[in-house]
Amino acid sequence: MSKERGGVFGRGEEFLKLFSRGAEFTKEILAENERLRSRLTRVETAQTSAAQDPNDWEKLREELIGRIETLEVERDGVLERLREVEGENQHFAERYVEIEEENNALANLYVASFQLHSTLDLPEVLKIILEIVINLIGAEVFAVYVVDEKTNRLEAVASEGQPLGAFPAVPTGSGVIGTCVASGDTWCGDARGSDDLNTPIACIPLRIEDQSIGAISIYSLLQQKERFTPLDHELFTLLAGHAATAIFSSRLYAHSERKLSTIQGFIDLLTK
Amino acid sequence: MTKHRILIVEDSPTMRQLLAFALKRLKDVEIVEAQDGMDGLRKVTSDDFDLALIDINMPVMDGLKLVSLIRGEDSIADMPIVVVTTEGASEDRERALALGANEYLTKPIQANKVLSVAKSLLKVG
Repeated sequence: MSKERGGVFGRGEEFLKLFSRGAEFTKEILAENERLRSRLTRVETAQTSAAQDPNDWEKLREELIGRIETLEVERDGVLERLREVEGENQHFAERYVEIEEENNALANLYVASFQLHSTLDLPEVLKIILEIVINLIGAEVFAVYVVDEKTNRLEAVASEGQPLGAFPAVPTGSGVIGTCVASGDTWCGDARGSDDLNTPIACIPLRIEDQSIGAISIYSLLQQKERFTPLDHELFTLLAGHAATAIFSSRLYAHSERKLSTIQGFIDLLTK
Repeated sequence: MTKHRILIVEDSPTMRQLLAFALKRLKDVEIVEAQDGMDGLRKVTSDDFDLALIDINMPVMDGLKLVSLIRGEDSIADMPIVVVTTEGASEDRERALALGANEYLTKPIQANKVLSVAKSLLKVG
């Protein structure tokens, strides 16, 4: 990741150097143009004072016309090159903006991924998921649902913006959330917000391979956030896989800890 | 070259990491993190910082209280402060700026926006 980040920063630096070179070249062209204008003025002055008889005048006139034509050709060439350089500058400026956006996206994805896998404690994993959805996506009301394997229903296990109890349990395959979990496809609707906790504006199934273990359902965004962005969709994809793995691993870890504790209890009982 | 010291006061480890990630793009910068307002106050009064980024909603002591305490302490009153928060209402912004914050950024944040605000307040190119 750090290599990628270094690469992106390196490319950013290269583009900045290219802009600087472009700016310097433009300055040189403008200075050259100014020099030629100045020279033309001097020649015109010399012409006025030097042309004493008609022959001299004619000769000088032809020389000057020839010189003017040469300068005009040079000027056209310089202007053409200037247009090319401006075009290149524009292209590099656009690429720079694109790379900055990619860089921001990568930073967000890196941090989200890093944090999700930083612990095996389930409450901590859920807290991190909430933080990511609030801080990186900008959601105001949302819940994290997990499938209860015994009842095959989705139960809210963490929430923001509304108490946990306000989020209804949903049968898998039923309603927007249940259908989304059953199909495994992220659902994204109107970002204006929904007061109905059965109808989210976005639902991200949490999947490990082909199995959905839960979902994140979003009901409204923060006041300053008007719509989902392409980065949000990348974060949805990341959350779909990494949040699922983090929840699954932490539950597995808690389960194995409990088993270990039980086995240790038996061993202690038998050996004492 | 002078090293810029920046304090991030934020209870969310995710946000702290993201802000640090953005600010490390500045040259010669040292990032110090605090996990709540009280921790931030301890650090800001015991060490020198060139800039502080402060969240509003935090446990123990909220960010606005910390901003007003910093502005009331002569030795650190001039330190630039950026408030970073989920609160997007204009009255929240006005309140933070009235208490002495120099800039007000709302979440979700853009790393390049954080960077440009930090550069402007640190007066670096």
